[in-house]
Amino acid sequence: MATETAVRSGRTRVDGFRVTRAGLVIALVVAAALVPQMTQNQYYLGVAFQAEMLMCLALGLNIVVGYAGMLDLGFAAFFAIGAYTTGILSTKEHWSILASIGPGVLIAVICALIIGFPTLRLRSDYLAVVTLGFGEIIQTIAINLNQTGGPTGIYAIPALTIGSVVVASNTGYYYVFLVLVIIFALFSTRLRGSRLGRAWLCIREDEDAAKAMGINTNHYKLYAYMFGAVLGSITGSLYAPALTAISPASFGFSESLLIVMAVAIGGLGSIWGVMFGAAVVEIFPEVFRSFAQARLLVFGVLLVILMVVRPRGLFPERAFQGLGTRIRARLGHAVPSPRSGTGGPLVSLPTEEP
Amino acid sequence: MTAVLQTDHLSLQFGGVNALSDLSIEVDEGALHAIIGPNGAGKTSFFNCLTGYYKPTGGAVRFQGNEVTGLDAAKVAALGIRRTFQNIRVFPKMSVLENVLAGGHLRATSNLLSITVASRGFRRRERLLHEEAMASLEFVGLADQWNNLAGDLPYGMRKRMELARVLIANPVVVLLDEPAAGVSSVEREELSRVIRRIHDQGTCVVMIEHDVDLVMEIATDVTVLDNGRIIASGLPQDVRTNPDVIRAYMGRKRK
Ligand SMILES: Nc1ncnc2c1ncn2[C@@H]1O[C@H](COP(=O)(O)OP(=O)(O)OP(=O)(O)O)[C@@H](O)[C@H]1O
Ligand SMILES: [Mg+2]
Repeated sequence: MATETAVRSGRTRVDGFRVTRAGLVIALVVAAALVPQMTQNQYYLGVAFQAEMLMCLALGLNIVVGYAGMLDLGFAAFFAIGAYTTGILSTKEHWSILASIGPGVLIAVICALIIGFPTLRLRSDYLAVVTLGFGEIIQTIAINLNQTGGPTGIYAIPALTIGSVVVASNTGYYYVFLVLVIIFALFSTRLRGSRLGRAWLCIREDEDAAKAMGINTNHYKLYAYMFGAVLGSITGSLYAPALTAISPASFGFSESLLIVMAVAIGGLGSIWGVMFGAAVVEIFPEVFRSFAQARLLVFGVLLVILMVVRPRGLFPERAFQGLGTRIRARLGHAVPSPRSGTGGPLVSLPTEEP
Repeated sequence: MTAVLQTDHLSLQFGGVNALSDLSIEVDEGALHAIIGPNGAGKTSFFNCLTGYYKPTGGAVRFQGNEVTGLDAAKVAALGIRRTFQNIRVFPKMSVLENVLAGGHLRATSNLLSITVASRGFRRRERLLHEEAMASLEFVGLADQWNNLAGDLPYGMRKRMELARVLIANPVVVLLDEPAAGVSSVEREELSRVIRRIHDQGTCVVMIEHDVDLVMEIATDVTVLDNGRIIASGLPQDVRTNPDVIRAYMGRKRK
């Protein structure tokens, strides 16, 4: 039957794509795991670690901005909530770092509900303003509260311990964050391939039409915001012991903007793109340090050019589409072409009942 | 025959302007009910009232005997009332297959845990849904387009994709807003065949359509609107010869 053929041919193609993609993923992960072996330079390791951290944050924000299409300009707030919760619990209450992730996530989710519930039903521009304000509020609270250490923040945060392993070196945190990036990327992929991901994309593409699919758009927007908050908070909780000290300056609007940039540069909604974008945002200004002050200007100009030339980012979601097919075709396999029908004669419908 | 969808003295005002006044329509089980009328007659507004996009200012909408007036659009869709849009609304940056899967949103019931771990049950349910989505695409003759971006499809194909997206939900009633408008005569043939097949499956169809020949060919009932009021209703052949209709609609040159 034609239906079966179509589905089967579809699956063949997807399989071909999966095989190549799995190879690429493994190669990349191995390469990333070898970075500390290639250099003992603590500065390079530091930059690499910062890039991983930004990747985690960008993956979190990608759910909100990239999938659901809601502009969040205060994402650093959730990062701060995780970092401060862990900072306070581990220094004042002697909690272990891992145990403190839970309360951080809980507080982040509660904040996301409080901010999101009344505002997410509004259109996106309001949301941008409200989230911007939320980011500022969290930073202001951190500066002014005694418990958060005021402007100097919290220091002497104990190391992360996993079982009997104490993570105390830059290399150690590099690997911890590598694992976190992989988990977040995998989680994002799973969400994307489920009803959640589809519902978010529908909302991003056309909110009114999404309702006609039976999607409760207010709920799903809130879910996206909450998932973002969870990922941001977990990143913060692990960031605190990695740096051993945190201060309000790391969680301001400029941090939120960096995360938004990472998502926008790489390609809204694309997991690979977003990770690549985070790496660019983190590494580019470091590479061009010799330009001193001008480097940020250069970066800014490049950004503007990028947004004009590729408004959907460097690697939008389907950038690698057909890669598997192309490779298989080169290897001599027969591959059904999904585009063969476009522009061709109209498919005639079977007259019998399905 | 029992009415599946029914309106009772429905009215809708846009600041002083009566878009719909005192509209009472019954859509019978198994009907292919056409709604015709000149531009601006209120046909789309009527659909919007039925599907929760507009809140009627008066009257009631009943579906299978229950009042659904003023329900949220997503709730109405969940009840099994599905629609297409006059100015086609696809999700352009999603593939054709994903657009159809989105139509089956409420049939994808996996919880967060099984999604996260990609459990066996999740994979099985997704595979079934994919197969049904492919079957829906096959039904409208778009199976070979499954992996293209919806935004890349030509106009007529988007219209058919919208139909597939409605069908995967196994709706009780489908509301089609000008399904054959602006398509070539070949596409029109295909669309009318698809609509007839939807109807033959036992799904109730309400269709706004300007193409009188198409309406006469496939509709079982016709309601004619003009200025937000019903000016005639009944069997296609009766409506066609109704002098009011000829005056208000058929005699007038459109567009
Ligand atoms: N959101 C709205 N705000 C104000 N007026 C509206 C709105 N929607 C519809 N109307 C008015 O209601 C009347 C009916 O419009 P509607 O779109 O329902 O007509 P229609 O029968 O679908 O016409 P067409 O054949 O052109 O699609 C028109 O006068 C229109 O201007
Ligand atoms: Mg209309």
